[in-house]
Amino acid sequence: MSTSKHGSLLTLDARTKKRNAAEKRFRAYGLGAIVIAVAALAMLLISIIANGASSFRQTYISFPVTISAEEIEAAESSLLKTGAYNKIIQTGLLAYLTERDLLQDTPEADAFGMISGEAGSTFRQFILANPDAAGTTFQLDLLANGRIDGYYKGRVTAETAALDKNVTPAQLELADRLAADGALVKQFNWDFFTNPDASDQRPEAAGLGVAILGSLYMMAVVLCLALPIGVAASIYLEEFARKNWITDVIEVNIANLAAVPSIVYGILGLAIFINFAEFNQSSPLVGGLVLTLMTLPTIIISTRASLKSIPPSIRDAALGVGASKMQSVFHHVLPLASPGILTGTIIGLAQALGETAPLLLIGMVAFVKEYPAAYTADAGLFGEASTALPVQVFNWTQRSDPAFVERASGAIITLLIFLLIMNALAIFLRKKFERRW
Amino acid sequence: MTDYKISAKGVQVYYGDNHAIKDVDVQIEDKTVTAFIGPSGCGKSTFLRTLNRMNDTIDICRVVGDIRIDGEDIYDPAVDPVQLRAKVGMVFQKPNPFPKSIYDNVAYGPKIHGLARNKADLDEIVEKSLRKAALWNEAKDRLDAPGTGLSGGQQQRLCIARAIATAPEVLLMDEPCSALDPIATAQVEELIDELRQSYSVVIVTHSMQQAARVSQRTAFFHLGNLVEYGETDKIFTNPEDPRTESYISGRIG
Ligand SMILES: Nc1ncnc2c1ncn2[C@@H]1O[C@H](COP(=O)(O)OP(=O)(O)OP(=O)(O)O)[C@@H](O)[C@H]1O
Ligand SMILES: [Mg+2]
Repeated sequence: MSTSKHGSLLTLDARTKKRNAAEKRFRAYGLGAIVIAVAALAMLLISIIANGASSFRQTYISFPVTISAEEIEAAESSLLKTGAYNKIIQTGLLAYLTERDLLQDTPEADAFGMISGEAGSTFRQFILANPDAAGTTFQLDLLANGRIDGYYKGRVTAETAALDKNVTPAQLELADRLAADGALVKQFNWDFFTNPDASDQRPEAAGLGVAILGSLYMMAVVLCLALPIGVAASIYLEEFARKNWITDVIEVNIANLAAVPSIVYGILGLAIFINFAEFNQSSPLVGGLVLTLMTLPTIIISTRASLKSIPPSIRDAALGVGASKMQSVFHHVLPLASPGILTGTIIGLAQALGETAPLLLIGMVAFVKEYPAAYTADAGLFGEASTALPVQVFNWTQRSDPAFVERASGAIITLLIFLLIMNALAIFLRKKFERRW
Repeated sequence: MTDYKISAKGVQVYYGDNHAIKDVDVQIEDKTVTAFIGPSGCGKSTFLRTLNRMNDTIDICRVVGDIRIDGEDIYDPAVDPVQLRAKVGMVFQKPNPFPKSIYDNVAYGPKIHGLARNKADLDEIVEKSLRKAALWNEAKDRLDAPGTGLSGGQQQRLCIARAIATAPEVLLMDEPCSALDPIATAQVEELIDELRQSYSVVIVTHSMQQAARVSQRTAFFHLGNLVEYGETDKIFTNPEDPRTESYISGRIG
């Protein structure tokens, strides 16, 4: 039937068979690679979420407290104000426990120990914010001690409590009775995002507030400096500079700078911004400047790549109708390149957001309890001490209390969510402004 | 000074060490169509681009010699190439509309040169230019549509409209019909004939027929040399140089 010199089309010849087999193998390799990558990512995410998801819920003890105007006055005039407020809380707790007959034979000190050391100051803030509360009885939600919180998150059991000097089995039993009575509640942990860091003894009160604020300040500095400098440098190199050995040297150096380990930028920042320019140590300004140096090469490289991708015919067209070089760049090339520039910038920012090493060197590891102000007359713009998200993660992983491991994982999840939002924004902007020609 | 619109003397162009144009003398008259023909790589585009200094954008390109438009040396340091290019418009080989609306494509030149005092002026310039480029009927209902969404031939006519919107005195066209079908080509050729009333047109073409149809004068380039330049009729019927003869009869190319 088939007598043509190519043979029948219905049977595969040896060459085609071999080629198809090779193609199949290659597809399998590719698929395998993707499966491995996805599995690694999934494992990472699962372990972080398993460790950290619980940090978004926190155990509170809820009971009524009464405070009179005289008590407030006495507390405010005492030396240890939060201590005085603690006394009032303890009185309230004891009254509640006896009324509901929950205390049974638990020592009173154990019952008081179940409330976080942070409660006194929380209570005081509440009273100062609501002066009308004086003389009334109101329901108060107070942080439970980290160990009690850990008991409800599976970190602490009766066996470990027996060996732990920070918690007793009796406290756990009381906690169970409180829970049965509805006085022990788990709530969404807004404080985790707004509270500053807390001391080693109070993991339950530690939050990311200062770190998030510090990171935001630094991102503002990076965005305001790296974007204009990077774009201006790229436009000059790509559109105006004559191509000669000097531009070649600059090009090689920029590529090199992008690959320099980030800690080197920290050393540089320490030498230049802190020792020489004498900016404040641990300040978001210095952190932002260091991260700017680090991000610049990324932004320059991606901006140049997007400028390069604009067809030269567009430039010719503009010059051909008598536009100046600058008009051709700003009217035509830059608008077309802007989605790429934005994407590069956001990816650069995301990189900077997750950077830890250089910030450690410039002293952003300090324990900071005060929210840094964006501007003060003393410290200047972004001059007050602060921490940053990744540094806070590092910091918490260094602490011994396992409650901080949970916090660190929670902080990583928060950081990942920020990064996810930024990358999604990059993709969104690129899709929205992408133009075809 | 002279009756010539453009007069080039002793022009040499180098791309690095590559001597692309060798000692070319050409005088181009006003209100005529001049065709540049020659085999690929002989330097037609290169020479055309010296006339509006588009070669300035190529770092390695060096131009030597004397090129005058209306008697003024366009390579004089006092000349701003931007001003020159408003006077000497250009249509490129490959259609290159801006990725903007049809209207904005045409209006861009007049806008940056301040040729329109108000929106009505600008509208008029856009309509006139599009009409001249034989695109008005197809484009009038979709002036806001992107210029890049037009067909190749329509895009090229849009580029022509864009070039004439700045009211140049000389129009350089580098193979403007290479992407067009015969009908669009005929339209462009008709347009070129019309443009001759007001402009001096220089057109690079690979089509002998086109050169013969639209031009009054023809220059034949070969390996960077201007071999022969004269009346189109004479070049095509009675060339002096044997190289010209063999090229137009299809023996070199
Ligand atoms: N940008 C450039 N850089 C270096 N050399 C160039 C450049 N443009 C053109 N040349 C060289 O100059 C010579 C003339 O090129 P040109 O483009 O002027 O030829 P052409 O006559 O227009 O050819 P075609 O008909 O194929 O368009 C060629 O040898 C080419 O290699
Ligand atoms: Mg050419």
